[in-house]
Amino acid sequence: MGLLSTKSKEILLGPLSRNNPVIVQMLGICSALAVTSKLEPSIVMGISVTVVVAFANVIISLLRNTIPNRIRIIVQLVVVAALVTIVSEVLKAFAYDVNKQLSVFVGLIITNCILMGRLEAFALGNGPWAAFLDGIGNGVGYAVILIIVGFFRELLGSGTLLGFRVVPQAFYDFGYVNNGLIILPPMALIVVAVIIWVHRSRNKTLQEN
Amino acid sequence: MEELISTFVRSIFVDNMIFAYYLGMCSYLAVSKNVKTALGLGVAVTFILVCTLPINYMLENYVLKEGALSWLGAGFADVNLGFLSLIIFIAIIASFTQLVEMVVERFAPALYASLGIFLPLIAVNCAILGGSLFMQQRAFASAGVATVYGLGSGIGWLLAIVGMAAVREKLAYSDIPKPLKGLGITFIITGLMGISFMCFSGLKI
Repeated sequence: MGLLSTKSKEILLGPLSRNNPVIVQMLGICSALAVTSKLEPSIVMGISVTVVVAFANVIISLLRNTIPNRIRIIVQLVVVAALVTIVSEVLKAFAYDVNKQLSVFVGLIITNCILMGRLEAFALGNGPWAAFLDGIGNGVGYAVILIIVGFFRELLGSGTLLGFRVVPQAFYDFGYVNNGLIILPPMALIVVAVIIWVHRSRNKTLQEN
Repeated sequence: MEELISTFVRSIFVDNMIFAYYLGMCSYLAVSKNVKTALGLGVAVTFILVCTLPINYMLENYVLKEGALSWLGAGFADVNLGFLSLIIFIAIIASFTQLVEMVVERFAPALYASLGIFLPLIAVNCAILGGSLFMQQRAFASAGVATVYGLGSGIGWLLAIVGMAAVREKLAYSDIPKPLKGLGITFIITGLMGISFMCFSGLKI
């Protein structure tokens, strides 16, 4: 990419795998997993978080020299809460059904650790453009995990993808049954654990002792 | 009375914050390395839930909800401040966290040191905002029910984090595949604990 310098590229692409917010930095697991029983809410959630992280990063990065250190958490929360309110109203207006499925988890983007983590660790010390790239990178890194989990859970649990049936009827005639267990909340954790397992066996430096 | 007891039991076992909704996972994963710290954080979270839920309940029903301001006069009957609820809830929670932080620092400095960054981060613990948002969504009958719900969810969270910490202390002696060590195995154990908690799901009182 000629548009971006090497450093910007690193900021943007690092979080996709080696520095992934969910499976490496352990951020944002909170509100993520409950929405992944279907693919569609996972995608919407991923996009919402990306938008909020990117813009919160930019705003905090612009304000970083004027915020007194002691009250920065409150300032960050207010900025994030305002952005999340906007996202939540937009979703209510244009994607009401998905909004219903996401229920409280849209509001919970505020307390998503990705936001606080990135704001504290990155936006407070970098300029707006780098912060924007960092926000996009981390948001997409988060969305990727959500989409992988949502994909497998919907495929194995309901035999559909985005609501379309993908497992042919012939399979069911032979006695194939959807795995109801994988729709249940605990299985999301196990799917994520498997992703971590695969990811860490490929990236040996990340393994813990 | 019956409603109180059933809300209490349901919020501990059936609607457990961690196993049913994954709320508060970040601090859950990071602080569950030993039982004592886990217990301290669990108690702090429970305390904040119990304090903030009734306050947020009052705010929701007397200020924020559509028509909630009608006690001010007929002119306010169709004011709907619902869009402010996220900001107000998080402000209440953040200020209570600040309070707890000061109390813990004063009276239990050892616990304060071991909780480290996670004490101020209770403000962004999803379990607490989650409690308020579930309260808003389920429209509880009275502030009493909301308080009991807060207490129950807090205890449920405490139970989960202490259980996890106990398991993790023993994990040090087991032989786990290298890539699964740490985060991976913690996820799997949480999942298994969640499955075992699901046996409560038919519970009715």
